[in-house]
Amino acid sequence: MTAETLATGVGQRARHRFGSADPSLLVLAATSILLVLLIGLPVGWLAYYALTDRAGAATFGNFITLATDPAFTEPLATTLILCVSVAVAAATVASPIAWLIARTDLPARRTIRALMTASFVTPPFLGAIAWEILAAPNSGILNQLWRGLTSSPDPLLDIYSLPGLIFVIACYTTPYVFVLVANALDRIPADLEDAAGILGASRWRTTITVTIPLVVPAILAGALIAFLQAMTLFGSPAILALPAGFHTVTTKIYSFFHFPPKPQLAAAAALPLLVITIMLLVAQARVLGRRGYTVIGGKSGDPRRLALGRFRTPALILVLCVLSLPLMLPYAALLKASVSSFPGAPFTAEHLTWRHINFVFVEFSQTKKAFWNTLVLAVGTATLGTMLALVISYLTARRAVPGSRFLEFLATAPVAIPGIVLGVGLFLAYTRPPLALYGTLWILLLAFLTIELPVAFQQLRSSFHAVHPELEEASRILGAGRLKTLARITAPLLKSGVVAAWCFIFIGVVRELSAAIMLFTANTKVLSVVIYDLNESGDLGAIAVLGTVMLLITFAVVGFANWISGVGSGVRLRGG
Amino acid sequence: MRMRSLISPIVALLALVGIAHAQPAPISITPDLIAAAKKEGRVAWYTSVDVKVAEQLAKAFETKYPGIKVQVERSGAERIFQRIGQEYSSRIYTVDVVDSSDAAHFVYYKREDMLQPVVPEDVAKHFAPAYKDPDGMHAAWRINLSVIAYNTQQVKPEDAPKSFADLLDPKWSGKIVKAHPSYSGTILTSTFQISRDLGWQYFEKLAQQRIMQVQSAVDPPNKVAAGERAVMADGNEYNAALLRSQKAPIEIVYPAEGAPLVIGPAGVMKRAPNQNAAKLFYTWLFTVEGQQMLLDVALLRSAHPGVKEPPGRKPLSEIKVMKDDAAEVDKQAEEIKARYTRLFKT
Repeated sequence: MTAETLATGVGQRARHRFGSADPSLLVLAATSILLVLLIGLPVGWLAYYALTDRAGAATFGNFITLATDPAFTEPLATTLILCVSVAVAAATVASPIAWLIARTDLPARRTIRALMTASFVTPPFLGAIAWEILAAPNSGILNQLWRGLTSSPDPLLDIYSLPGLIFVIACYTTPYVFVLVANALDRIPADLEDAAGILGASRWRTTITVTIPLVVPAILAGALIAFLQAMTLFGSPAILALPAGFHTVTTKIYSFFHFPPKPQLAAAAALPLLVITIMLLVAQARVLGRRGYTVIGGKSGDPRRLALGRFRTPALILVLCVLSLPLMLPYAALLKASVSSFPGAPFTAEHLTWRHINFVFVEFSQTKKAFWNTLVLAVGTATLGTMLALVISYLTARRAVPGSRFLEFLATAPVAIPGIVLGVGLFLAYTRPPLALYGTLWILLLAFLTIELPVAFQQLRSSFHAVHPELEEASRILGAGRLKTLARITAPLLKSGVVAAWCFIFIGVVRELSAAIMLFTANTKVLSVVIYDLNESGDLGAIAVLGTVMLLITFAVVGFANWISGVGSGVRLRGG
Repeated sequence: MRMRSLISPIVALLALVGIAHAQPAPISITPDLIAAAKKEGRVAWYTSVDVKVAEQLAKAFETKYPGIKVQVERSGAERIFQRIGQEYSSRIYTVDVVDSSDAAHFVYYKREDMLQPVVPEDVAKHFAPAYKDPDGMHAAWRINLSVIAYNTQQVKPEDAPKSFADLLDPKWSGKIVKAHPSYSGTILTSTFQISRDLGWQYFEKLAQQRIMQVQSAVDPPNKVAAGERAVMADGNEYNAALLRSQKAPIEIVYPAEGAPLVIGPAGVMKRAPNQNAAKLFYTWLFTVEGQQMLLDVALLRSAHPGVKEPPGRKPLSEIKVMKDDAAEVDKQAEEIKARYTRLFKT
């Protein structure tokens, strides 16, 4: 049905614009249908299950059960507290750092930017485990040091608590806010600040009255992403909240699959997350839409850098301290745990051991398969996802087909679907004929493709705006079809954007746990799930080894992709 | 085609009648079985025993029967159970041999007709009736206890808790770690036995002690040995014993009320994709060699009278244990989990 309506619409308009028989329109229509299925199918099943009882009769009973059960309403309240706190914390920490990097003469700016990106690569669940090693109230390394220094009986930090969980999640959502705000600051044209200067404002006053207000939308957008991340994460709360004795919505949804499974309740519990996400996205669009900071985007001169003077060194130290929280400290803890007889052991020769490394690479039969599955899925999803995102962003950026706004919405919609919810939906959708994909890598591929599509799409769409259509038009005039033009002309011009999208998806897949935990089977285990299983029985040494190798591989692949794209990229990608 | 579709239910029916009435003949490890197993070349073992123990057993089997690869799928017993359910409901038949620290799972598997009768020679000859299914569907592969343990650097032996009742002393508030019945079969079993013998009031009071909640019964001994918590309220005896043998600061206490007895059966799935390798591996698990490994490698306990106790360990016969009752756990599992979740908020 959808195919027909789309195809008719496409046909009518296309005849006027591009002449009658363009076979590529078929491909475009197919992409649209694929997208509708990819997102519609799991969400449809989710809605169906949420609204039926075990016998299949229509009911609101699932929602009533949940709304009246404190075992669900308490986690919901906890989750909201968690999300708001993480959003505030991430925005408060990331914004000043972004300003220091983008707008002042802070030393080592490039390195710090790279390190911020590195913390984005770290899977949040690995960060959570590393922070267990660091800040478990009694055995945590930092708490042991603290006790040694102060001989205080109480721990300095307790990671098994709501504040602990907020802290760890904020650590790994800060980079999102940072990247958005720093990019926005980069793009603010210098003339606005100059104008303020000419009118007699000091540098500091200009910063406060002109620069900062201009990036408020970026800060808001970043806080929103932090909020959504905190709401949808499964790994970190599963690792830290259980020992602390509370649930979040995602861990609660997961527990509905304990035997006997209650998919109806899981589906019903997933919908509030979906609704909150959509409401937030709509609210964001309203707020930003009304203000219209169109000035961001134009570029008319290099940004002014504020001289920090005698604050340069203290500022650098402060930034490095902040960076040590998601990066230096956890990485050091993982490295130490991978060669220590137990994580909190003193760092002496007698406690050094190859045991964990030997276990992971020699004894543990899951290692090879998990690495292989993860790599296959990451490369496969990244490649397919980039292609799909490329086609969609082409269609929407060039308004090539009617209904491109709808495509745009579909490609962004998965942002609103938490991984664990999507996992539930996919499980319900693909465990029955005709598409019984559960048990194969395909279902994981579909899940990851859906989850990662929005990021790749956003990345490529903004790249498209930088390439002038006239180059494509030239190719079309010379007789090439739409797809050929896309492959031969547009894609090469977009190379850096394409590589960035590919890397985003790759990283995203490697660190994905929440959908994978619902969808894996014995033969389709991925690294994140193996690590989660090892955490269940507290094998921190083995996790440290696996996690370290996982990070090294991710860095290697991302580095390689960037190196490839760097070769021969001296061409300026401007059509005009 | 039509003939076959008519005949197969009849054959199945006949087979079923046959099974119900005759004890299946014991099987031993014959060259034929080994050859057939080697042709299949692999066996998938879903287990809840500690992953390092499982991998060592798998290695020993692979060394003894080269050419047959053991795929170890380790997770908490309740999660394994959940996954087999998920996989079977989608007609994914990967698992060959399964074991569980929650004997109630085998009540369920048997009721749902998911197992096939396989009686290893050793089980037929040496295992007491209490440790094997009368229809030959499963047998007690390992015996474990859930125990109390404490960190010897943080607690003096004379101050250590001697009983479950001692754990309710306010002095242990914030110092106890315990595992979760929704993840661990051992803990579901022990929660049942304790609630039966001491009443749910015990757990109501324990829930006030600000306990640290972990998932697997493997984990509390890790947390005590690392000094993260001073005492564990439940958890595997064998992991605590293993850590102690590695000179970790941990000591086991057999609670005065009796230690929950956790009999872990194993069985062969009816729809096992590697039928012969499954039978070979399963039979090997119950040989003196396989059972002795449980004691030597894992410090677990065995129902095989032919094994040699590790020196210096308190034999099972001298420990006061609670009574095991898998059928009742099967009936109450859901309610136990729900009640536990209400009390402990996790």
